[in-house]
Amino acid sequence: MNDFSYTQAATAKEATDLRKATPAGAYIAGGTTLLDLMKAHLAEHPQLVDINQLPLKGIEQTKDGLRIGALETMSDVGEHPLVVQQYPAVSQALLLAASPQLRNMASLGGNILQRTRCGYFRDAAFPCNKRVPGSGCPALDGDHHNLAILGVSDSCIANSYPGDLSVALTAFDAVLTLEKAKGKQRQVPLTEFYLLPGNTLQRETVLEPGELIVAITIPAATHAQRSTYLKVRERSSYAYALASAAVGLDVQGGTIRAARVALGGVGAQPWRSREAERVLTGQPATEATFRAAAAAALQGARPREHNRYKVELAQNTLVRALQQVAG
Amino acid sequence: MSSDLFPNADTPPLADNSRRSFLKQSGGILGLALAPPLASQAERLTAYSKVIQGATDITLRVNSQAHTVRVEPRVTLLDTLRERLDLTGTKKGCDHGQCGACTVHINGKRTLSCLTLAVMQQGKEITTIEGLAKGDELHPMQAAFIKHDGLQCGYCTPGQIMSGVACVQEGHATTDAQCREWMSGNLCRCGAYPNILAAVREVASQSSKG
Repeated sequence: MNDFSYTQAATAKEATDLRKATPAGAYIAGGTTLLDLMKAHLAEHPQLVDINQLPLKGIEQTKDGLRIGALETMSDVGEHPLVVQQYPAVSQALLLAASPQLRNMASLGGNILQRTRCGYFRDAAFPCNKRVPGSGCPALDGDHHNLAILGVSDSCIANSYPGDLSVALTAFDAVLTLEKAKGKQRQVPLTEFYLLPGNTLQRETVLEPGELIVAITIPAATHAQRSTYLKVRERSSYAYALASAAVGLDVQGGTIRAARVALGGVGAQPWRSREAERVLTGQPATEATFRAAAAAALQGARPREHNRYKVELAQNTLVRALQQVAG
Repeated sequence: MSSDLFPNADTPPLADNSRRSFLKQSGGILGLALAPPLASQAERLTAYSKVIQGATDITLRVNSQAHTVRVEPRVTLLDTLRERLDLTGTKKGCDHGQCGACTVHINGKRTLSCLTLAVMQQGKEITTIEGLAKGDELHPMQAAFIKHDGLQCGYCTPGQIMSGVACVQEGHATTDAQCREWMSGNLCRCGAYPNILAAVREVASQSSKG
């Protein structure tokens, strides 16, 4: 790791002020992503601002839904009774991710900002358009078996967010509260938070320099209560998803009144599929409907040689997840 | 819902039961006894401000003892434990949070010491493998690893044991499948998993009887 200065911020104002003074700095909460990247020299910051003392905790019901402080840990949120009961898919996405140790450390805000696991991004010996703009993408013709097939571009096929939580949050219309300076907050839906690989590959989210994620709010809904997160990976635990599905259904009298679908492991960003939701809504909760929805979700897929299997894998994952919640 | 995460079906995972609440209470009492009063407030690096740059004296509480060490902000807790405090029981495996060999407890929670900075852990109660035994009396988890031969080369063992102790305390070792899932952050290249599982499960069953 490069040498850096360290400050424990006492207030959000102090934290955002410090970052404003040193734009190349970074916030540190759990540290599980940031220190990993810094050790690999994939991130270098002259200053770290420790935000763990900020009052960004708490899990509470509000009129807009469940509001979760961004410093809450993956463990505490994943096992919180309100999350388990009202948003099973969110709880499962959290507890199927990483390891118990990492979940004890990692904050929700940090989880949302984790970086891709693309092997070429993580190895500085290779060119990478995300790391060094214009240097090229060896993944296109190299080993891309674990990379994305939806929302990819000709310059990057990484799944920029490799995790699970944001997949579930994207499905259930979660909204982030961001704070750039004291009194300057804005709300951004998760569906608009991540940026697809376009001309600015290094910019992966709409988060501005120095802006803090302070809270996540998930609206209450019947389809969120009747939800699940199904994760398929190369070993049964402690691995990133090859494909995953966060789904929720509101089924009445055998007919789907409302549906939410998001896929993980296959998209350049957590992949909300409104196409699949349209196919499901108003239709009988049967396997035929689920198959049609899965086909719609993957219709725009652009697989390559080593990740062609993901088209069928993602479809089957989605169908099985829908079957589970349809009961 | 029944799964490896929550094998006890429909009850929310946090639903209390006597064993866990007993453990929590006893852990809490122990924690109180060990923690300095309002440590996190008292030892917070005073308001705005204190920028730490370069080697600086910090105080860490490890295994109930306070140690003052001089470290740069970029030094991890793992390196501080091993290189400065001579607590080499905690192992460096991957140094990237992928293997679990560096697992310690911070305020009672299992944590990867390779992915946290020493400077961030002031005012916390840190427990390492060296802090488990009471004198010559091994912790039940240590004894169970010996009894069940839960190791070959032994390199992952301190991390396995620290994780196992926490796993039982959390109430996540109630079935074999659940225990495997909640111990999955600790890799063993020798493949001693069946014996590790037997050791952790035995301690869990003893705790529930107690």
